Amino acid sequence: MPYLDAASTEPLHPAARVALLSALDDGWADPARLYGDARRARLLLDQARQRIAAVLGGRADELLFTSSGTQAAHLAVLGTVRARRRAGRHIVVSAVEHSSVLHAVEQCERDGAAATIVGVDQTGRVDPAEFAAALTPPTVGGPDRREPTATVLACLQSANHEVGTVQPVEAAASTCRRASVPLLVDAAASAGRMPIPRGWSLLTASAHKWGGPAGVGVLAVRRGSRWRSPLPGGAPPDRGGWVSGYPDVPAALAAAAALDAMEAERLTLETALRALTDRIRHRIPRAIPDSLVYGDPVNTLPHIVTICFLYVNGEALVTELDRAGFGVSSGSACTADTLQPSHVLAAMGVITHGNIRVSLPRATSEDTIDRFLDVLPGTVARLRAATDPAAAVPT
Amino acid sequence: MSTQHQPAPPLPSLTIDALGRKCPIPIIMLAEQIRDVPVGAVLAVLADDPAARTDVPAWCGLKSQEFVVEQTLPRGWAFLVRRCY
Repeated sequence: MPYLDAASTEPLHPAARVALLSALDDGWADPARLYGDARRARLLLDQARQRIAAVLGGRADELLFTSSGTQAAHLAVLGTVRARRRAGRHIVVSAVEHSSVLHAVEQCERDGAAATIVGVDQTGRVDPAEFAAALTPPTVGGPDRREPTATVLACLQSANHEVGTVQPVEAAASTCRRASVPLLVDAAASAGRMPIPRGWSLLTASAHKWGGPAGVGVLAVRRGSRWRSPLPGGAPPDRGGWVSGYPDVPAALAAAAALDAMEAERLTLETALRALTDRIRHRIPRAIPDSLVYGDPVNTLPHIVTICFLYVNGEALVTELDRAGFGVSSGSACTADTLQPSHVLAAMGVITHGNIRVSLPRATSEDTIDRFLDVLPGTVARLRAATDPAAAVPT
Repeated sequence: MSTQHQPAPPLPSLTIDALGRKCPIPIIMLAEQIRDVPVGAVLAVLADDPAARTDVPAWCGLKSQEFVVEQTLPRGWAFLVRRCY
C-alpha cells in the first residue's frame, strides 16, 4: 500500500536496519562500565554521537540523546529558561512551532515567564523583521509594578511540519546573535532533507523522521549556551550523551546510519521528491475545483505538500484514500484528538477543514504519485456529492 | 474583541443556524445560502465549532465576500458576512 505520510514517520532506512541488527549483537552492554563488552558499546555510542553531531553542524560533546524529538524540545526550552532565570523571563516563539515547543513555552508561562508569539503570513512563514522586533522584551508586571525583563530564549523551526514552508532561520539567527538571545531551532521536519541552517544555539530533531528508529531524539546545545537539564539529577552523568536512563546504543547507531545515508543521497532525493510534490502542486488545482495548495511553492521542504479541498470533511477523505490504498494524514480538526483546528493553519488564516498532508518517503515512485493523482479527483467529487448539510445530524 | 467603540453591527437579513455542526458543514451552509440574500445584505452564521472562527473569515477572503465581525454568543459565535457580488 503506498505510504504517503513520511512527515509523520519515515520508514526505517535500509542502512539503519543493517546498523541496528549488527549493533544488537555488538552494542548491548552498559556503555558506562569498564570491561570489554561495555567499552565496545561505549565506542559505538561515541561513534553514533560523533556522526550525528557532524551532520547537524555541531560537536559530539554538544549532542545529547533524548527519548524523542518531543522530549528534546521540552528539555531545550525548560533547560534554557531555567538556566537563565536570573537574566530574565521573556520568550519569543513562532505561532507555527511544533506543539512540543509550544507546550514547553506554556509551562514556562505558568511558571512566570512571558511569551511573545510571532505570527506568520498565509504561506506559514515568519517575517524576520517581526521576529527581530519581538526580541525587544515587553514590560511585565501589574500597572503599579512594571519591570523590564530580558529575552532569554527565541524559538524558530527550520521548516514547518504541516505545510513544509522553510523559515528564515539564518536571518533570525543573526538578529538573535546581535541581541545575545539564544535561538532554539527545531529541525525535526527538515533534518536529513535539507542542510541544517547555521546559527543555532540549541537544535532539536527526531531520528524516526529521517529514517532512523523511534525512541531517539537529539538535543544539541552549542558550547557557551547556558542550559541545565531540568530532569532530576541535574547534569547528565557520563552516559555517552544519553540524557536520561539507560542508553539504547543500537538505536543510536541506527539513527546515525540513517542520517548519514539520507545526507549522502540528499541531493538526488531532493530533486526526485520535489519533482513529485511539484507535480501534485500543479495538477491538483487544475483537476479539482475549489482546491488550494498550502505553503510556499518554492521555499519549502521537498517531500511535503498540503492541499485543502473546500467543503470536504478531512477525516472522511483520509478514510476514503485509505480505502483506495493511500496512507495520508490530515490536520483538520475532526481528525485530531482535541477537536481544535490545526494551530498552524489557524495561524496562517487559511481554511482548516478538508485538508490532507501528502509527504513522500524516500522510495516514492512516479507511478505511485500518478495513481494518486488519478484517484484523488473522483474521491473528492464523491465526498462532496455525499455531503448534505440538511442530513448531517447535529451533535 | 471589543465592539464598544465601533458602529453597531448590521442586522442580518438571514441567520444560518449551524450550532452543533462540525466544519465543513457551517461553511457548506454559508456557501449555499449566501445566494439567498441580496447583494450588499448581511447574513449571520451561528456556529460552535472553533474551526469556524478560522474557516468563516478564510472562506470570505477566498471568495471575495466581506467578513464583517465575529460576535461571542452564550454558545458559540455569530459570524456576520456581507454578500459582495
